[in-house]
Amino acid sequence: MRPLSPSKAPAPRAEQIILFRVSGQIFAVSSASVQEVRGVDSLSGAAKKISQPGLGKVQYFAQRGDNSFYVISAAMHFGLPPSPPALVFMLRRTRTALLVDGIEKMTSMTRLQALPRSFCHEERGWYRGLTALDQSVLPVVKPEGFLTPDEMFLLDAAMSPALADTGSDPEAGDSFADAGVEQ
Amino acid sequence: MTLIAETELQSFVLLRLGDRRFAVAATQISELVAPSRVFRFPHRTAEVEGVILRRGRIVPVCDVAEKLVGKPLKSRRFYLIAQRNYGAQTEWVALPVSGDCELINAEMTLPSDSDAPHVSGWLSHGGDVIEVLNLAALTPGPGELLAPVAPLAQQEARP
Repeated sequence: MRPLSPSKAPAPRAEQIILFRVSGQIFAVSSASVQEVRGVDSLSGAAKKISQPGLGKVQYFAQRGDNSFYVISAAMHFGLPPSPPALVFMLRRTRTALLVDGIEKMTSMTRLQALPRSFCHEERGWYRGLTALDQSVLPVVKPEGFLTPDEMFLLDAAMSPALADTGSDPEAGDSFADAGVEQ
Repeated sequence: MTLIAETELQSFVLLRLGDRRFAVAATQISELVAPSRVFRFPHRTAEVEGVILRRGRIVPVCDVAEKLVGKPLKSRRFYLIAQRNYGAQTEWVALPVSGDCELINAEMTLPSDSDAPHVSGWLSHGGDVIEVLNLAALTPGPGELLAPVAPLAQQEARP
């Protein structure tokens, strides 16, 4: 009979995350929810600058194949001072892309703590939770939290003429997709 | 001392915010810790200034001094880590305090209808009458509206 091997504690499941910077503040986002990372230059010509009253954080509208999406200033979304973005995160399973200043690093987290209930306003929709990394605490953003369904509805209604226009010119819609490197 | 009087005594932690003292039921206090780095990130809950890391837990910091004494604390001596109930759930909150804390046994007088929601009772200790704080009314939480609490300097001398 073989002696029982000492029981091992199961290794905590790690989730790959991207730490990114917006106006000097560091946030984390799951790598799995970022479809592509592009330079802001890729927006020129491919995305239409928009200005929707009450939704100043939504800066561009773009068409990609059959799908349209909105490019959001992370600084304005979080109420941070404006800063020139350098990158766009195309967020998977959403119709949003995010303007950020830069990537700090890629790493992994093993524990995500729910946002304490003391935080009881809009931030509950912004974050999946908080994680402690290297003796620091970082908010982990919720990709679907950048636009509420109501905001999306409002934007779609305002952009419906543009949708019709770009729909007739698939080349223009795809130019954004061709401009960057898929992750 | 009669048995009845003994059973009415409860333990409280006295905390200092500026010139005033307040009490919290000792059963709600987890520990008293030295101030540590407050991590800040964007949010919209004005009553929470950030979070600290304590024993692997992320604990929100709620400065209740502005509500209770009318101004935020200039200096922080400790964080009182208290348990805050959210229905059946309990979470820690860190309350900055400006002086030493003291554990006492005292008999609590229940609040009257005219008392502010953050008052869960009154203690008489060392010649002072001290408010016992109701943390659920003083610190934010989902679905709860925090009534503004006027600084009531005269309440410590309440008869």
